[in-house]
Amino acid sequence: MSASAAKGAVVAAPRPRRRWHWALALPLGWLLLVVFLAITADWIGLPDPSAQELILRRKPPSAEFLLGTDNLGRDMLSRVIYGARTSLIVGICAPILGFLVGGAIGMSAGYFRGKVDMLAVGFIDILLAFPSLVLALTFTAYLGQSLFNVTLALGILSIPAAARVARANTLAWANRDFVLAARTIGASDWRILTREILPNLLPPMFAFWLVAISVIIVAEGALSFLGLGIPAPQPSWGGMIADGREALDVAPHTALIPAAVMFATVLSLNFVGDMVRNMVDPRRSAL
Amino acid sequence: MPWLARQLVRLVVVLFCVTLLTYMIVNILPGDVAIVILGNLATPEDIAGLRADLGLDRPMLVRYFDWLGSALSGDLGRSYRNGEPVVQAIIDRLPVSLQLMVMAQVVALGIAIPVALLSVRRPGGLFDRISASAAFGFLAMPNFMLGIVLIYLFSVSFDLLPATGFTPMSEGLWDNLESMILPSLTLGLIEWTVLMRVLRSDLLTTLKEDFILLARAKGLPPWRVLLQHALRPSSFTLITILGLNIGGLIGGAVIVEQIFALPGVGRLLLGGIFNRDLILVQGTVAFIAVGFVVINFLVDMLYAVLDPRVRHVRFRS
Repeated sequence: MSASAAKGAVVAAPRPRRRWHWALALPLGWLLLVVFLAITADWIGLPDPSAQELILRRKPPSAEFLLGTDNLGRDMLSRVIYGARTSLIVGICAPILGFLVGGAIGMSAGYFRGKVDMLAVGFIDILLAFPSLVLALTFTAYLGQSLFNVTLALGILSIPAAARVARANTLAWANRDFVLAARTIGASDWRILTREILPNLLPPMFAFWLVAISVIIVAEGALSFLGLGIPAPQPSWGGMIADGREALDVAPHTALIPAAVMFATVLSLNFVGDMVRNMVDPRRSAL
Repeated sequence: MPWLARQLVRLVVVLFCVTLLTYMIVNILPGDVAIVILGNLATPEDIAGLRADLGLDRPMLVRYFDWLGSALSGDLGRSYRNGEPVVQAIIDRLPVSLQLMVMAQVVALGIAIPVALLSVRRPGGLFDRISASAAFGFLAMPNFMLGIVLIYLFSVSFDLLPATGFTPMSEGLWDNLESMILPSLTLGLIEWTVLMRVLRSDLLTTLKEDFILLARAKGLPPWRVLLQHALRPSSFTLITILGLNIGGLIGGAVIVEQIFALPGVGRLLLGGIFNRDLILVQGTVAFIAVGFVVINFLVDMLYAVLDPRVRHVRFRS
């Protein structure tokens, strides 16, 4: 064994983290572009994403159709951008819903302990006992397919994770001296929870939210891919990939373009999420 | 109460709640089965008659305990669509799903373990950085997307493997494996990332222990130190993660079975959902959830067998 290998194996060289900062520009830029286009989609002169032109179906990218057309002759660029709107609405709103409910459950569990904690942990265990996609499928199948119901179903799915983060952090903060001080001067539980503990939960919850967005965007894509997510004419990346799959041999761009856009977005979100998490919680950077 | 008994009680409670929740989701939510079966033109009398035939006019909790009673004796009812017993439908399709999941795990572990071992030889070295970036990239790939890309690469562009379809093992082992390669790659190529990261970080911790220093001082070659001394004590978290990941694997299997047209339990569930076959969906979801809970329970047990400390200190996140 060479001496350097032995040394390297024993002492894990800490990776320079500063160099990642400038590398952040690309994913951040991509995310800003996606968000900007999703917001301004109505005003930048895009063709109707649902307008069909069957004569022009499955055209490869060209000057007229920058990203080509799909199986029904709809403009891919327009559909990808409106699909981004769908993904972002679900991806941003569903975790917020989960965090409001899960956060409340987790905070009460971590603060009051005892029976409340037991009930909350039991509730989380039950929700976690279902493979998440199967639970999401069952919910959307019976709630009916719509943007709102998909958001609701995926929001319910994010409750357990949010509750765990909130509970673990509340447990850690609830024993600190400033909480004891607040209690000594007679602050109510409600005031301690909202004024003393909640502000300290926000940074880890925010870092977690960024990760949740990418998980939820993938989950929405999976539901739409299976035909149980956003209903048909409304563009969604998962639905577009499913449509494109039929013509993979003659017009691969119809599946690969939405796939690439989705990959770039999820990758960028994970990248930024990791960065933020490292800043918020240096202990977790080890993984 | 002894530890094992407490765990068993907890298991039974969780199983009860899980089946109850499944029953409630499928039954409370809107959509009348009788209307689905009879169509929109059915008269109210017909609907009421069918509801009575199906027992849907009784209170939900009564129906749940009825259902639970027959479920415990191995009867999940018959499909509203074609009258096939749900249990039989699940048993017919289970081998395909199990084969898919086992092969996916083999792919995932087959990549994760060597990559983790190679990357801890020089943490921060070239191989470590490349494998970390690759893991980061694969982690951002949704499985339905990776499946499509693999079909495009291996079936459309190079025509090496069948794009969809399934050949049972009885019609030739090679044909069977050939139809399962792309599906299991789709699942395994994503899962290895998590396993590799966990194993790598545990290996790094283990390598700082004194007994590793001793092994090295004895003059053992580095690969023997890694394989014989470091790997086993570093694999506890890996086993836990394997158990926890089964939920994701089941969800992934539903999608992959759909992409590659494999006749597994996931496709059975999807078919039931599209056909509004309430009793089939209920049985399949309950089966999947119960299977998942039981597997996790067994993983917990295995963990306790491997590491007796667990029996005394309950780990909770």
